[in-house]
Amino acid sequence: MTALLAPSPRLLRALLPAFSLAVLLLAIFYLQPRTMSYFGLNLLLNLAVPIALATMAQMFILCVNDLDLSVGSYVSLTACITATWLNDTPLLGAAALLGCVLVYAALGALIHLRNLPSIVVTLGMSFVWMGAAVLILPTPGGAAPDWIRGLMTLKPPVVPFPIIASVVIALVVHVGLMWSPYGAVLRGVGGNPRAVERAGWSLLRAKVTMYALAGTAGALAGMALVGLTTSGDANIALRYTLLSIAGVILGGGEFVGGRVSPIGAVIGAMTLTLAGSFLSFLKLNPDWQIGAQGAILILVLALRVLINRPWARRRARPEAGA
Amino acid sequence: MVAEAASLARLDGVEKSFGAVRALAGVDLDIAAGDCVGLVGHNGAGKSTLMGLLAGSLAPDRGSILIDGADLTARYSVAAAYAAGVRCVFQELSLCPNLTVAENTRIVHPALTGLGWRRKAGALIQDKLDEVFPGHGIASGAVVGDLSIARRQMVEVARAFTETEAPAGLIILDEPTSSLDEVVAGQLLEHVRRHAEAGGSVVLISHLLAEILSTADRIVVMRDGLVVASRPAGAFDRAGLVAAMGHFAEEAEEAPLDAAERAAEAPRAQVPARAGEAAGLVAHGGEIIGLAGLAGQGQTEMLLRLFDGARGLGDARVSGSVALVAGDRQTDGVFPLWSIGENISIGSLQRLSRGLLIDERAEAELAETWRDRLSIQTPDMANGILSLSGGNQQKALFARALGSTADVILMDDPMRGVDVGTKREVYAILRDEAARGRTFVWYTTETDELQHCDHVYVFRDGLIVADLPRAEVTEEKVLQASFRADA
Repeated sequence: MTALLAPSPRLLRALLPAFSLAVLLLAIFYLQPRTMSYFGLNLLLNLAVPIALATMAQMFILCVNDLDLSVGSYVSLTACITATWLNDTPLLGAAALLGCVLVYAALGALIHLRNLPSIVVTLGMSFVWMGAAVLILPTPGGAAPDWIRGLMTLKPPVVPFPIIASVVIALVVHVGLMWSPYGAVLRGVGGNPRAVERAGWSLLRAKVTMYALAGTAGALAGMALVGLTTSGDANIALRYTLLSIAGVILGGGEFVGGRVSPIGAVIGAMTLTLAGSFLSFLKLNPDWQIGAQGAILILVLALRVLINRPWARRRARPEAGA
Repeated sequence: MVAEAASLARLDGVEKSFGAVRALAGVDLDIAAGDCVGLVGHNGAGKSTLMGLLAGSLAPDRGSILIDGADLTARYSVAAAYAAGVRCVFQELSLCPNLTVAENTRIVHPALTGLGWRRKAGALIQDKLDEVFPGHGIASGAVVGDLSIARRQMVEVARAFTETEAPAGLIILDEPTSSLDEVVAGQLLEHVRRHAEAGGSVVLISHLLAEILSTADRIVVMRDGLVVASRPAGAFDRAGLVAAMGHFAEEAEEAPLDAAERAAEAPRAQVPARAGEAAGLVAHGGEIIGLAGLAGQGQTEMLLRLFDGARGLGDARVSGSVALVAGDRQTDGVFPLWSIGENISIGSLQRLSRGLLIDERAEAELAETWRDRLSIQTPDMANGILSLSGGNQQKALFARALGSTADVILMDDPMRGVDVGTKREVYAILRDEAARGRTFVWYTTETDELQHCDHVYVFRDGLIVADLPRAEVTEEKVLQASFRADA
């Protein structure tokens, strides 16, 4: 009974992202009841799929206490590759995307071996990715490969595709990172790298794995994005860098300490996607929208602090029977 | 005697240097099955390096490592050490705070894989915790970051004794009881004895000499990177051990304020008694007040109440300013990226600034003054704080508080894992500073340290349950008050 009356702060915190999403969704339904349909939800959450994938990419990096400032331009580049090479000469396109993932893995190795700040390396790489994207696709254009287009516009019965895709992404990453035995080691690297190293695990291997996973998720985000927009542009996903960081944090993740939640991060990405629509439905001047989006973020984070506070206080108190 | 038993691990003439510092200067050590070796020596004597070599995380510059009689020097690694059954519990905790207890167990056991690994890992650590620390109250699904330091240490110790495919043969424990109260520490030492009697070996590193004398069969004393003595435990007593480590014996104490004087003088800090408390806390100028009891019974909370009191918050009244010496160096104490000097001057920046800027000369002077007074061992106070050994880092934290103008200094079990020599030096400084009129409120888990206090309050379940003037402070009285009459 007491457990029901006073749920643990950890549980509250885990529920906060879902709660925020629900509140936002209800507000949208209230403002625009027509969105409460298969078609409406499809339209609302369409863009959540690439954002969720980009958020996963960012989460892999944050999990090992690094930060990736190149997600946006990397997704733009992979989108350009998808809209050009992957469409015209699939083999070349696939090889190029694989090459991008390998570069990501190599960046992880470089950052670990040379002990470089990830922020600097990825900031530099963001210009490299963007330059490459402009070289591949100097003017907006290209076309989405049919199979990607087909996948992204799939109309499964009852549940709209973006919801199914988001659930699949969240579950796959959750099983891999939160349930698998090596996933525990990977998260441990974020929590206490020395302890993991002392237990005989290679930190290099862990970092390379995480960066390769981030590269893969980023490439998938680019492909999904082109599937929706049908054409590419070198600047198509630049705002994904900040969106992905905000998505992880909204979803209950933290910048350091290996505290991440894949399910929460996907929900965070969906919340951010919906926040844009919500503000449009409010008929808010577009000039104010970005600021309003920031306000929503601050509101959710403030809620989290409120949840954390009594918890921190309780922790300072003595533990009975220790 | 077990001295004739087969050698489990042997070090022959091992040397190790870090840059110009020679941490080990040719050490021989032989650990047989069933051996319980106590390893003592002040900080910087080379104990941690020796342990790193046995754990496989450091490679020796010269000399050889033999496990079960086979020379493994060339291919000795963390994995080889694990396979040979060598397990270490390091002084600074090696748990990942973001993982659960079960997941942390998995980190050290590569064999815990496949479906249901989480359940297996949980059962493994739960059984070991039940065996070593009956009544521990730790769930295997709990996230380590939510546990108190004492419980984290219990998890780490129990984890070292767990076995999957490789046996737990030689367990090396570095200050395993530093965060534990005496009951739990006793459970641990009992388990160490059981492990040795069952044919396993233990190397126990501790600054609590009583612990070493009562638990170990053989005591190895290290000084300046060398083994200076290795004899059966019976051949040592406390004074003998201290002498072998290169330090001096007890000194006389001066008389504290008597009760009448105490009552007459206006207190510098005062905390009213709560419902159910034997007394409120009173601290005068020039006094050292001890907060005793089992670990985590509300002593830290009392320090925080006093800290708030100095800012006019809460129910505590404190006249004058306060400074805090943190106990958990890693999380609450040092600024890891700053120099030693900066770590000291942060407590006195207001006094050290000229206009808007910090007076660098005054800052350097302050650092030098405290290097001399506390004999912090470093060639240059501009070096990073992490270049210091643990005990010297703690000295820097003392210097931060003592170097400020604070009238009341709160200490949160600051001597955890600090060597005897450093402790002596700090005790002397505390008395010296108290004589100059400063007030110390000192939470300590080591009963020995209460001897240095003028007045002791014993805590239980968050409340003060006993109020003892110095003359009445005995280990027995403190222990009696620490436990409920019915427990």
